[in-house]
Amino acid sequence: MAKPRVFDVTTLPGFTFIAILAFVLLYAPIFTLVIYSFNGGNSVNQWGGFSLQWYVVAWNNEAVQDATARSLIIAVWASVISTTVATMAALGTTRRGKFKGQTTIYIIINQPLMVPEIVTAVALLIFFSSVKVATGYTGLGYLILAHSAFCIPFAYLPIKARLEGMDMTMETAAADLYATPWQTFRYVTLPLLLPGVIAGAMLAFIISLDNVIITEFVKSAGQDTLPTYMLGQLRRALTPEVNAISTALLALTVLILTVFFIVTKKRD
Amino acid sequence: MSNAAGKRSKGATGWLLSTPALVLLVLAASGPLLIVAVYSVLEKGDYSGVRWILSGDGWFQVLFQRDIFDQTVSFADANLSIFWRSIKLSIATTLITFAFGLPTAWFIATRPPKARAIWLFLITIPFWTNLLIRTFAIMEVIRNQGILNTALMNMGLISEPIQILYTDTAVLIGMAYVYLPLMVLPLYAAIDRFDFRLIEAGYDLYASRWQVLRSVILPIVKPGIIAGSILVFIPSLGAYVTPRVLGGGKNMMIGNFIELQFGQGQNWPLGAALSTLLLLIVLVSLIVYTRVSSRDDPHG
Repeated sequence: MAKPRVFDVTTLPGFTFIAILAFVLLYAPIFTLVIYSFNGGNSVNQWGGFSLQWYVVAWNNEAVQDATARSLIIAVWASVISTTVATMAALGTTRRGKFKGQTTIYIIINQPLMVPEIVTAVALLIFFSSVKVATGYTGLGYLILAHSAFCIPFAYLPIKARLEGMDMTMETAAADLYATPWQTFRYVTLPLLLPGVIAGAMLAFIISLDNVIITEFVKSAGQDTLPTYMLGQLRRALTPEVNAISTALLALTVLILTVFFIVTKKRD
Repeated sequence: MSNAAGKRSKGATGWLLSTPALVLLVLAASGPLLIVAVYSVLEKGDYSGVRWILSGDGWFQVLFQRDIFDQTVSFADANLSIFWRSIKLSIATTLITFAFGLPTAWFIATRPPKARAIWLFLITIPFWTNLLIRTFAIMEVIRNQGILNTALMNMGLISEPIQILYTDTAVLIGMAYVYLPLMVLPLYAAIDRFDFRLIEAGYDLYASRWQVLRSVILPIVKPGIIAGSILVFIPSLGAYVTPRVLGGGKNMMIGNFIELQFGQGQNWPLGAALSTLLLLIVLVSLIVYTRVSSRDDPHG
């Protein structure tokens, strides 16, 4: 029972094959990485039976515990700070028509997306190293500040998108009912905006959690985050412990992304 | 009159609300870039850092070297080969990601809406997954005892593992792998807006498949192609993690070379000059991109 051959204008010869191949190539290495995290043997490429031992090893490794705690602290601060300032900026740059300097604001906000990370990393190394000498402060503040800055565009974009999709009728109605601007914002705009804010905060969190280059250059001695710790480990003999850490991070990313998609999809 | 005042206050509120974000960005992103530009024209310090004396050495050493003994000037071949490798690998990465990215984006855009969301989600996961993890994943595949070599040997196609890791090929494979989603997403955005009736019209007018691809599809998808190419080319050119992990110490790209100047090389002015140069290249590509895309935009 062959289907009648319909000439489908949307298919191009070979495209489907290459697309499927691309998805296979994209996921095969990630799946391999995940599978070997459950390896009972010591090797990252010789299967020694199923085991959770490397998760136990990673869990009990003090350096990993430290780095994880540090990564989470930085990511929480960075996402809270960047989302707060990005929400304000998004409210300032949308819903009030065009104004002078708007393009300048856009360029500055999106600048971290355009400048190669290595250049920003080097710039921050130079800047913060002199600040460290001048103030004597060597804490996590530098990393939190740097992360907050490069997370801003990632927080800003979904919030701006959400604002642009909201019309002004609700706010106008609130104003007609004698709500003060603050009441309008607090009880009308903010609840409507919330999915965008949550989405922005999540993206900022992931971006901060994953950052390698800027962290590597800005961190002081003993301030490894999970990614910089892993980068350091790559120089040594590899064990599936790195796979286990990667898999855990991967699971966290997928979890956050799934929530992100559910939150942003609700609108439709 | 009142209109002008309204406009001014709109602008003032806009700026006021944006101020915290701008302060953070200027302090920890844009501002320090200026310091880099300044450092590139200062004299090198004894160990690291700089002396506050104006000097062209940083920029001079980007392309040239001076012999320690007889002071003769020659091209710094090592630097030139790093630039050449960076440009060559970045262009190759852009081409490979395009070859895979166009069919992939096309495939996603032509699925029914529900399935489309799932395929799109599948391309987004790698995009948001830690770059280091993805680089590490590809490393486990291509290493000598990795699954690729093991599979090829088990099939009897090769008798000894092919050395891929720590070569330019490894860096290329790795960059194409990690940057593919950056090509697919803008291409998808362009194709998604595409009116497929245009293809039908093309076929109705007796166009061949190739003619349809070249004269109907490509011109409409062009903004996506340009955006995708820029999005892949810029991070490729400034890549640091992928060449460091997959290229080993030898197959450096500009990013690693910059890091070297601030680490072992202890030549901050040279590192600063290289960073500024990289920044200028990116700036020029972005300006060209804006020009080209605004010229192509039928709405102005």
